[in-house]
Order: sequence, then structure tokens, then C-alpha cells
Amino acid sequence: MQIESLLQVFASGLLMGLLYALIAVGLSLIFGLMNVVNFAHGEFLMVAMYAVYSLWVVTLLDPVLLAPVATAFLFGVGAFAYMGVVRFAMRAKSNVSMVQIFATFGLAIFIQGVAQYFFTPDYRSITDTWLGGKTISIGGLFLPAPQLIGGLISIVLFIGLYLLMSRTDFGKALEATREDQGAVALVGINRNKVFALGWGLGAALVGAAGAVLAIFYYIYPQVGGPFALIAYVVVALGGFGSIFGALAAGIIVGLVEAFTAVLIPPSMKTIAVYSLYLAVVFIRPNGLFGRL
Amino acid sequence: MRHEGINSGMSPNASTATPLLAVRGLTTAYRGLIAVSDVSIDVDQGEIVVVAGANGAGKSTLLKSVAGLERARSGAITFFGERIEAMPGHVITERGLAYVPENRRLFPGLSVSDNLRLGSYLYRKRADREAPLERVFSLFPRLKERLQQRAGTLSGGEQQMLAIGRALMTRPRLLMLDEPSQGIMPKLVDEIFAAVQSIRDTGVTILLVEQRLAESLEIANRAYVLQTGRLILSGTAAEVRDNPDVRKAYLGI
Ligand SMILES: Nc1ncnc2c1ncn2[C@@H]1O[C@H](COP(=O)(O)OP(=O)(O)OP(=O)(O)O)[C@@H](O)[C@H]1O
Ligand SMILES: [Mg+2]
Repeated sequence: MQIESLLQVFASGLLMGLLYALIAVGLSLIFGLMNVVNFAHGEFLMVAMYAVYSLWVVTLLDPVLLAPVATAFLFGVGAFAYMGVVRFAMRAKSNVSMVQIFATFGLAIFIQGVAQYFFTPDYRSITDTWLGGKTISIGGLFLPAPQLIGGLISIVLFIGLYLLMSRTDFGKALEATREDQGAVALVGINRNKVFALGWGLGAALVGAAGAVLAIFYYIYPQVGGPFALIAYVVVALGGFGSIFGALAAGIIVGLVEAFTAVLIPPSMKTIAVYSLYLAVVFIRPNGLFGRL
Repeated sequence: MRHEGINSGMSPNASTATPLLAVRGLTTAYRGLIAVSDVSIDVDQGEIVVVAGANGAGKSTLLKSVAGLERARSGAITFFGERIEAMPGHVITERGLAYVPENRRLFPGLSVSDNLRLGSYLYRKRADREAPLERVFSLFPRLKERLQQRAGTLSGGEQQMLAIGRALMTRPRLLMLDEPSQGIMPKLVDEIFAAVQSIRDTGVTILLVEQRLAESLEIANRAYVLQTGRLILSGTAAEVRDNPDVRKAYLGI
């Protein structure tokens, strides 16, 4: 293979990886905050895609302009999922982790049902967008515009997330709640509020990813599934709860996928990702960057 | 269930002003096992009040109930003129009642500096955050030397200082301390007792649970003694110190 095409594969893998990281980081954030695996994470992505789609149908504005609206909307969806469902699941007297698995799983099925009802199972796509179908050439590489912008958005949001976690009171409150949710009341923090905002933040991040994805991907009620699967792999690979881990693991998964797609039939590309994941599980069960 | 209401309290030192904290007929149970039974105590503004008693007497349960971390089964708790027994813990902190639990409950993975910063989470103005910080540093200078160290790696005594410091950052009216001397070497114990006294001198009322009765009676105004969940004795520090039962059971005289 020539060096240019190697670089081409690397670049597209990197861009897709950045998007995977953005999809996964909210899952990791919520898990780290309260040890809850959100099985409706893929459905949050799907809701974001439909949100952009519906807004586009109504306003005909470009998805890039609608992305902030979808992100904000998903913030509300996440906060509501906590306040309306997860909060009650956590009150279970026994078997709390089972109860919360079934609660978020039930939420996933519910959201899919609602999408099925309102949008039918048809595949939809957003056409005539500023970025869709365009490529941008940088130094001889041709990069699809939506992925390039998506990658940039991902980088910006990761920097923002890092600043939020390390510089703000809210970030410290998130960290404190994750360390000892029973002790934050001692400094006047309402842990339920932190949990709700944490869920909102996690959903908003996957919402931003969904808005980008809606530009170049089909939209249908089950669209979240394969991406959620990748997100679980990314989170496990990067270490449950680790933000930096999600970024690194997302990129790794994107690269592995891109390179194996060249070597083996594309339909088998996921096999390589899961093989990598299995290898990591055996060698480092807490993920590459997880706390041991 | 026993609950005689407001008038069942034994108020040893009936003061003219209403107490800052008034606990009346408090009963708290863990899954049916009563740990605190019909306890009434008063803490007046500016006092240091000690609660003593053997292991398992219910001292910690009393403080947890006041702080809203354990729900009272019955009884009334009034703080600064407001009923707080049904309030969530974070609201009670907001009202000006700070609590340093037995096991300190620091955020071990966060730095000393972040733990203190979280203490002032309720305040937005720079001055409201910096003034108490200066006070904490003057009380416990060694915290200032260890700002970037993770709280979990501090020594036991330093962790106690940080826990008290974090509580002071909430700018409390009343500070409840649960056995601050526990597991700390004697030299640091003196330092902590001196700090408690100077915290009181800056206008923060103190409710102190302590096993080291002799030392704590030296700085206290009044004391209560609990035994298997019940109040068996109360009075001024001198009265409690001179009580023959206390001398035999707690002071080893
Ligand atoms: N979380 C809990 N669940 C069940 N029982 C508890 C719990 N916490 C305390 N108890 C019981 O309640 C009683 C009072 O305990 P508490 O911790 O209030 O005593 P204490 O006076 O603080 O003792 P110590 O001096 O050892 O700290 C004890 O019998 C104890 O076993
Ligand atoms: Mg105790």
C-alpha cells in the first residue's frame, strides 16, 4: 500500500474515532459518576438524530446550525431520564444494579417504540446540507467534510469537558459525588441535582455526536444499537469512568476499524474491534487507562 | 413508641434566650433497633457542649440524626428557629449546621485544596470563600503546606484538620465534631482541642462528641452523658466532672 493511501486510511480512522469517543464519553461519565451503565445510550444518539431531522424538516436550517439545539434538547432528555426513571431504580432495596440495568434497558425499548410510532421504521436522511457529500483536501488527503467537522467538534468538546471537570465548581462537585455520594451533603451539595446534571451532560455529549452523525448517516429507530455497542467497547477499553480513556480508546477503535477494513472484508471490520476488546479484557480487565 | 413531645426535654441550664439547637425527644433506630431513645439536648449560642458516653451509647447516631444523614423516628430538632428534622442533609448544611463525622468522609482522591474549595461550594462571592480559607490556614498551617496532596494520603491527624477545615469553609453557625481525637497521636490531640477552642472564640458554637472526657470538659461549658441510647446525666462541665459516677466510669478516678 502506498504511503498516501495509508495516511488516508489513518485520517479517516482518526476522524471516525474522534466521533466514537464523543459518543462514548457520556456513557463513561455517567458510569463513573454513579456506577450505572446506561443501556439507553444508543437511544439517546438516535433521539438526537431524529431531533436534528425533525428540526431540519420544519425549519430547513442546516444541521450544523441545529446541532446546538439538539445538544441542549438531549441535555434535557438525560436529566429527565435520571429524574424520571433512574432515580427510582436506585431506591431499590435489593439488587440495585439489576434493577437499574432493567430500568435503563426498559427506557431504551420505550424510546425506540416512541420513535417507531412517530417516525415509522423507514430510513431517513437529511439531504442538501452544507457539508454532506463534500470532501476537503488537506495536504493531498481527501477528508469527508462532515467527519472532519465532527472530529473538530469532538476535540473542542473534549477540551471543554476537561476544563469543566478541572476548573469549575460543578466539575469538582461531579468528582466529589463520584468519590463519596453520601458525603457531598456535608458541603451543601444536593447529590440528586449533581446526578441529574451529570446525566444531562452525558446525554448532551452524545447529542452533539448524533447531530453530526445525522448529516452523513441514515436515521432509523434502531440506528443507536451498533454505535452503542462500539461505545461500550470504547468505555471498557478506555477504563470505566475515564474521560481521557474514552478519547484514547475511541481513537484506537476508529483506527483499528479503518485499517482492518482495508485488510479484511468490510463486513467483518467489527470483528477486529471486538477481538481487540477481548484481548484487553484478558490482559488489563480495567481497560487501558482504568484505575486498577 | 415513646414520644412525649416538646416538654420532655431536660434542660439543665435553662437559659433565657432560645437555644441555637434544641433536640426534643429524639428517637432514632436502625432497622427497628433503637440507638437513641427520647434524647433532648440544648446547645446555646457561643457554647461548647460535650456529649460523652461509652462505645455504642448512641453519640454518633445523635449527631447523624441532627445532620439529616439518619432519619429520626420521632422527636423534634430545631436549629436557629427552624424545624430541621425532615430536611435533607445538604439543606441543613446550607442553614449553617456543619458536621464532621466520625470517619471524616473526606474526598480522598481530591487534593487538599479541592476538598477545601468544595467546602465553600455554597458561596459564589470571592470574599465569602477567601475569608474562611485564611482562617482555616491560621488554625492549621500544615494544611497550607499540603494543598496539592491528595486528601487520602494525609496522616490521620491531618485528615482530621482537613475535615474540620472543610466544615469551616461552609461558614457554619454550629459545628458538630464526632470524636476529633480518635486515632490521633497525643501531640496533635492538643492541637485539635486548642483549635476547637479558638473556633468557638470566633463565634462558632460547638457540639463535641468525645471519648476523652477529661480534656473535653476542660474546654466545655456543658456536657451530656449518654448510656445505651438514653441521656443519664447533664450539667455544667464542672458538675459533670464532679459527678461520682462519671469520675468512676469515665475519668478513672
Ligand atoms: N448503620 C448502622 N446500622 C445498624 N446499627 C447501627 C448503625 N450505626 C450504629 N448502629 C448501632 O447503634 C448503636 C449506637 O451506635 P453509635 O455509633 O451511635 O454509638 P457511639 O456512641 O457513637 O459509639 P462509638 O463511641 O463507638 O463511636 C450501636 O449499638 C450500634 O451498633
Ligand atoms: Mg461514634
